[in-house]
This record gives sequence, C-alpha cells and structure tokens, in this order.
Amino acid sequence: MNLKTPSKLEQVFAAGHIAVTSECGPPRGSDPEAVTKKAEMIKDHVDAINITDNQTAMTRLCSLASCIHIKQMGLEPILQMVTRDRNRIAMQSDLLGAASFDIHNLLCLSGDHQSFGDCAQGQNVHDLDSMQLIQTARQMRDEGKFLGGDDIKRPPRMFVGAAANPFADPYEIRVPRLAKKVAAGAEYIQTQCIFNLEKFEQWMHDVRERGLHEKTCIMAGITPFKSAGMAKFMAKRVPGMDIPDALVKRMSDTPKDKQQAEGIKIAIESIQRLKECQGVKGFHIMAIEWEEKVPEICEAAGMHPRPENAG
Amino acid sequence: MIVADKKPIEEIVEEIKDHERILILGCNECVTVCEAGGKKEVEILASALRMYFLNQGREKNIEELTLERQCDSEYVEEIRGVSDQYDALVSLACGVGVQFTAEHYPGLPIYPGVNTCFLGATEHRGLWTERCQACGQCILARTGGICPVSRCAKRIMNGPCGGSSNGKCEINPDLACAWQLIVDRLDSLGRLEEYETLSPVKDWSADRAGGPRKVEREDVQS
Ligand code: SF4
Ligand code: SF4
Repeated sequence: MNLKTPSKLEQVFAAGHIAVTSECGPPRGSDPEAVTKKAEMIKDHVDAINITDNQTAMTRLCSLASCIHIKQMGLEPILQMVTRDRNRIAMQSDLLGAASFDIHNLLCLSGDHQSFGDCAQGQNVHDLDSMQLIQTARQMRDEGKFLGGDDIKRPPRMFVGAAANPFADPYEIRVPRLAKKVAAGAEYIQTQCIFNLEKFEQWMHDVRERGLHEKTCIMAGITPFKSAGMAKFMAKRVPGMDIPDALVKRMSDTPKDKQQAEGIKIAIESIQRLKECQGVKGFHIMAIEWEEKVPEICEAAGMHPRPENAG
Repeated sequence: MIVADKKPIEEIVEEIKDHERILILGCNECVTVCEAGGKKEVEILASALRMYFLNQGREKNIEELTLERQCDSEYVEEIRGVSDQYDALVSLACGVGVQFTAEHYPGLPIYPGVNTCFLGATEHRGLWTERCQACGQCILARTGGICPVSRCAKRIMNGPCGGSSNGKCEINPDLACAWQLIVDRLDSLGRLEEYETLSPVKDWSADRAGGPRKVEREDVQS
C-alpha cells in the first residue's frame, strides 16, 4: 500500500474496504463531554469522526479543540474547516496546530453564510475558497511549503477531503465541479445527504464516465429521518436538498410511533442499495443529534465490525 | 457609479441640532443618478429640516447648494467665498465627497447626509444593484464578465458553493447566485469548459486588505 499519510481513513480506502464516517457537532459551550459522549456512542462503528466547524454559522466550541479531545480518546478525527472565519494565516496555522496533535484528516468547506447564525452582523473572511484550501493543505503536505513559499518544519500529514452535492445547481456543472475539486487535490469526498437514489446513481454514472471515482474516494452521505416532519422540513426548507415526494409520503403514511423506525429503515435500505453502486467507496452518516442510532444503522447495513476491529 | 441611499431624517436632525446656519450640499454626479444626493434631494431634505425645526419652534437658517462634484478641488473650492456664513455643512455626496469637502474646510463641521452603499448599476429607476468592490485586481476576464467578488455572498473564486439553488443564492431567494450567472454566461459564450480551470489564490493586497490605496500616474501629472 502506498499511503501518503498516517490517516486511518486513507488506510481503510487503500485496503479496499467500504469506509464509514459519521459526525459530531460541538456544543454551544465549553463542556468537552458534549463531544466525547457523542464520540463514545459511535466510536466502534466508524473509521473516523467529522467534527463540524461552527455549522450553520452558530458560534460553538471550536472544531480543532474538539478534534483534540477525540484524538485523546484514541479515535480518528476529521477536522472540518470552513473558509468563512479565517484568513490564510489562521488556516495554515490551525492546520499546523492540528498536525501537532497528529490529526490526520481534513475536510475543506466554504461554510454557511453568517447571516444564518448568531452573528449575522459579523464580517466573513473568504480569503481562500474551499478549493484553494484543498490546494493549500496539499501543498503544505506534499511540498512541505507554506502558501508564501517558505519551508515547513515537520509538514502536516493530512488526508484531504471535500464535500460535494450531487443535486446542486447549476445542473450543467454537477460533475465538472467535482472534477475541479479532484483537480484541486481532494482525496475523498463526502456527499450531501442522499435521498433521491436514482439521481445520485445517474450522477455516479457521469462521475464514472470521467473516471473521477478512481481519482477520489466518494462517500455517500446518509441521514436518517427522525420523523415525517423532518422529511417535510428538509424537502421544503433546506436548499440543495432533493427529497422525492414518495419518500416524504412514506414517512407521513407511517404512524407517529413507528416513524423513527421507518426513518432508520430507509437509511439502511439506501446504504444497501448504494453499496452496489460502482464507485461508492464509503458512507458518511449524518445523524444530527441522533448519534445513538449510528451503530444500529451500521450493523443492519452490514458494515460492522469495522476492518481494524476485525483485525 | 457609486450608489448611495438617503439617511433617515432623524439621524441628520441628531447630527445638526446644535447648529444654526447650515448648508445642505448636493453633488451632481453619482448621487444625483441614484436619487440620493442631487439637487432635488437637497431641496427635499432642506424643506423637511426647516419644517422639523419650525415645528420645534426653532427657526434655523438652512440653505441649499449643489456642486458639480465634491471629489474634485476645482468644484469644492466654489464654496470658499460663502463657507464662513455657515456653522455646519451636510453633504449629500458619497463618502468620498464628504471627506474631500471636509479636507478643504478644516474649521467647518461636516456631516454625511447619505449612506454610501456600493459600486453598482441602475437596473431600472428605483433599483440599483452592486457590481464591483474595487478589489484592485480585476478578474472579470476569467469569470465570463461577472464579478464573484461583489456578487457572490462568499466571494468564492471557484464557485458555486453548495447553497446555490434554482439560480438563487443561499442567503436570499431574491438574489441571483453569481456562480449560476457565471456558468450561464460561459455556456452562452460556448466556453463552459473554462469553468474547470481552477482560479488561483487571489492577491488581496490590491484590495482593502492592503491598506488605503492610490493610483499615481506620472504621465498625466502636470
Ligand atoms: S473583480 Fe474586482 S475590480 Fe473586477 S469587478 Fe470584481 S471587484 Fe471590481
Ligand atoms: S449561492 Fe452562489 S452567490 Fe450565494 S454564496 Fe453560494 S456561490 Fe455565492
């Protein structure tokens, strides 16, 4: 195996296993247990854990500190970094900080606009965009150089990834946009939550036509519905989300006390179907404030035990 | 042009309430076009202020004048002869005009009468929208002639972000996504393949980030 980093996630991909990741959102306070408890719930069922970076632009405990807590539990964190809040000095500096704790995974994002969060009157930075952050992290790792050109002593060794939305507009560039992220250096991709499986499969078909599935490891994003209300809300209110009417109906037609189970069932069915989709190399399970369900989903979908636990 | 918007009259009243002889000074350029600080707006503001203070039982001497420009010494100097008749000036020019006039009359308090908003165009009367943030290093050649610095809410160089939906920006369903516009335009130019060229890290040193800027042209200096 020709590995570029000590990342466990990279190892799992390289060994040809289906990788599994999930995520923990840090709290709106300084209690580290809010992160470590969530991590504890999922740790035996995933290969790495994303730590979100002030998601939905709400001020929270920082991603880097949360990653350190998780690393100290002996787990594998993925540092999410948005370009909204830091300039190129701060981003490079945080990458070094993460590397100093041997955090080996990075996910580059632009971040939700601050108008959605608790600091709507704040500035945004966007000195680099997410593709340029990918390039920066790769340059720091592969060439051992800062953006400014100087050498880095003990460069970071991070497996660098990005997000992708197979359903986003404009339609014409759904695949070219992925190609661009791959060209920038994204080694793995976590997609937006997938509910419209046909459309996702069509996207994967186009992705394969360009051979992109061989240049980056694509992880399908899975989110279980907790209720029919959540399905409706996401379908109507969350931009860039594609939820077929049939799925919303399936949730609504289920009696209230069985909706949670139905949501989990849909998630499991989706994973099982997408495991067969050529080029899907893993799953990213986003069970927002429902982390305790991740083990059940992984087990039922045949993704447990994880390779390293299996020896 | 520079687009400005009128300040609420209460704010202007607060600025000038302790002055007695006030000149409302308009500008005949951008702020006239965007109907925020031209001759007409000077008249309206002056009458409204007179009325306001009269109702308060305080008669003030409020006069009106509109200069060709307030960002050129030649025109700003036109009030040299009358400047000592006033104890305050309200400029309805953009922020540039306000400051430049102030620089010429160090002893005269000057207050802004408009909020200077952006560099933009008149889509139709009563609707002005942003087009440029004067970043000092124009990249329109690479983006189909549409500016992501001023028109994308995250000034993304390699857009769009994941929030682009039905051609609209994630922050507001009434706002076009700049990157949808860029993709559409590249498409209609038959140059969609250019979309895949990665835009390099931008040099922001010519932008606000690099500190106050100047353009110096020795060839035209006399
Ligand atoms: S790229 Fe810079 S100079 Fe060109 S239109 Fe945009 S902000 Fe203005
Ligand atoms: S939706 Fe479009 S305009 Fe809005 S921030 Fe994203 S890329 Fe920029």
